[in-house]
Amino acid sequence: MIVYDKEKIIPGIIIFLLLATLPFWYTFVGGQPSVVPEPQISGPATQCVEPKTYMRNSHTDLLNTWRNEVVRKGNRVYIASDGKEYRISLSNTCMDCHSNKTEFCDACHNYLQIVPDCWNCHIQPEESK
Amino acid sequence: MMSIGRREFLRIAGTCAVLGLPGIPTPPASAQPSTRFVAASGVRQAKQWAMVVDLDKLTEADRIICVETCHRVHNVPQIDNPRHEIRWIWAESFKRVFQEQTNEFIPSNLLKRAVLVFCNHCGNPPCTRVCPTQATWRREDGIVMMDWHRCIGCRYCMVACPYGSRSFNWQDPRPFIGMANQDFSTRTKGVVEKCTFCAERLDQGLRPACVESCPSGALVFGDLQDEHSEVRQLLASRFSIRRRPGLGTQPEVYYLI
Amino acid sequence: MLENALKGSPKYWGWIGVLLIVIVAGFLFYLRQVEFGLGITGMSRDVNWGFYIAQFTFLVGIAASAVMVVLPYYLHNYIVFGKITILGEFLAISSVVTCILFVTVDLGQPQRAINIILYPSPRSMLFWDMVVLIGYFLLNVVISRVTLDAEGKSISPPGWIRPVIYLSIPWAISIHTVTAFIYCGLGGRSFWLSAILAPRFLASAFASGPALLILLCLLVRKVTRFDPGKEPIQKLALIVTYAMTANVFFILLECFTTFYSGIPEHTIHFRYLFLGVAGADALTPWIWVSVVMGVAGLVLLLVPRLRENEPVLTISCLAVFISLWIDKGLSMVITGFVPSPLGEFTEYTPTIPELTISLGIYAIGALLLTGLFKIGVKVKEETNRPPVLVSKARSG
Repeated sequence: MIVYDKEKIIPGIIIFLLLATLPFWYTFVGGQPSVVPEPQISGPATQCVEPKTYMRNSHTDLLNTWRNEVVRKGNRVYIASDGKEYRISLSNTCMDCHSNKTEFCDACHNYLQIVPDCWNCHIQPEESK
Repeated sequence: MMSIGRREFLRIAGTCAVLGLPGIPTPPASAQPSTRFVAASGVRQAKQWAMVVDLDKLTEADRIICVETCHRVHNVPQIDNPRHEIRWIWAESFKRVFQEQTNEFIPSNLLKRAVLVFCNHCGNPPCTRVCPTQATWRREDGIVMMDWHRCIGCRYCMVACPYGSRSFNWQDPRPFIGMANQDFSTRTKGVVEKCTFCAERLDQGLRPACVESCPSGALVFGDLQDEHSEVRQLLASRFSIRRRPGLGTQPEVYYLI
Repeated sequence: MLENALKGSPKYWGWIGVLLIVIVAGFLFYLRQVEFGLGITGMSRDVNWGFYIAQFTFLVGIAASAVMVVLPYYLHNYIVFGKITILGEFLAISSVVTCILFVTVDLGQPQRAINIILYPSPRSMLFWDMVVLIGYFLLNVVISRVTLDAEGKSISPPGWIRPVIYLSIPWAISIHTVTAFIYCGLGGRSFWLSAILAPRFLASAFASGPALLILLCLLVRKVTRFDPGKEPIQKLALIVTYAMTANVFFILLECFTTFYSGIPEHTIHFRYLFLGVAGADALTPWIWVSVVMGVAGLVLLLVPRLRENEPVLTISCLAVFISLWIDKGLSMVITGFVPSPLGEFTEYTPTIPELTISLGIYAIGALLLTGLFKIGVKVKEETNRPPVLVSKARSG
């Protein structure tokens, strides 16, 4: 195979690969290890509606399903996998326990640069006008 | 020796990219717990919700209180600019509401009387027909509902509504909301909103806010398919008219003259 | 072939530069609109659609008008149009892109636009409009690419392109019919509730589109070495004449039905538009300019001597185009909202941000058109021989 401009292409590919894998090797070379977010829970209950691993992975799916069930089907009660009943509400049920949005929700979301737009409409408990 | 042109290279690369996309491994989803969703207990249910407005009983106080209650309970913003105003329920003159049924010899007190208007929750709604995402749809119990998560803000439903019942958030409504009701959402800029017959209150076994708060009891809410309901009795005993009946929208708000 | 768009004279790049500046200005205002909301436009609770949707409606017509060159050439072997079908298709592509952009900037939540595909609503005419517009765009991209490619190599295009071209003919009619259906099926808007709205849309499209194409052909002749020829332009002028006559006739038909029956709900919109009602008359000067320009342009077109005189033809095409832009864009859309269902005369004036965003979108269309025309004209300049039709034997 003939590669034209070998002197430019091969170094170029190497530089690209280095830049593309930067996040993986940067901390070993001398940067500060980034802080792993630790969300704080301040609510009364000790357990969420579903187990922690499921919520961590799929709370977005859960919230989407909740939304469709309430708004489009009119079902406002959620019977969890352990049989407990919960009233479906982001601002009231979820935020009853996770009442400090900054310490809980934002801890991971800010770290991952995610900006969920729930709070444009749903009222955050702290900011009662 | 392989020698391909630029166009051929791009074609191969593009095809590989498109074919390769499904091959990207997705992390295995956590095991889906077995769950159920049910309606809350004590939900008010009906086959066909309707509202009867008794124009004889309706007073000025009603006009102010019903509107204020609805807008407060639902966090409807108070915007002074009439072009951007948001109204779920409001008072309009008889002449304007029933244009095609007005003549100059009608008693003047009737002509000037304020009529409460809101979404008619039509049986054959043009707005739900035109919505390209079904962000508004007609429920089985007759309520024309809104899903503010899905609305793309195209305003086609507003264009289609023959009654002007719908409002659009031309800007962020939050600065214009006073004391927010924590039990209900606000909306965001860029979506259409309107009266939803207080579906969230019906789910808690309550009557719509305007009906509940109306001092004179001029607003009556009930199931048209229930022969013994108050709405049916009222409609059987007195003459009623609806807005623009000739359009075939089958509005479910009846006005007793 | 594509690289032809990147080679040009200083004047070419100057034009591109101007377009880019306008595009950036429009984009900056759009960012402001995304941040503040659609309230920075002149639209209101009573006038729900304004300048953006008016431009969309007008441009769908321009896009559909490509059929006026495609149909005679491919369906009836009308060789005269062979030199300009590609220009018509390029105009269609640019128009469809600007259409989709205008609809997008009109959305309150544009990032949710994908919901139209995720939750298809076959009863909604907006859903079908998206479907047919995207289909028409793809059709024209494929057709123009394949035919221009073949012409560049001086061979016949492959046989399979013929059924694709045939499909684009009813498809062009459909895009504008569906756009008309967005308006003419709404019982609550009596100004639009007329069966003649769809034919009127098509007639004004087939007048304004070819008029624009004539102007573009004359421009191409002036700034490049490619001459579309006098005959195609004259035939296009004839199409504009007939289409404009039909359009004027249809408007008069509407006036008759409205005013002879005298139904107040219908006449009030016409009275608002042409005379103004209760002090509300923002559209009145515009519609009368449109009427005068339209009639003047039509008269100039009807006289064969004047139609064949190209400087005069330029004026009549400009007049017809501007007249129909006002008519289809501003007057048709806005008048439907005035008065409102409750009898309110809320008027509408587009704001500066709204107009700048619109100019930016037009500039994007112009940029696309410039690039495409540059490519097409280059091929034609190089081959400089009569176009080769798809031979019947190969089409099978």
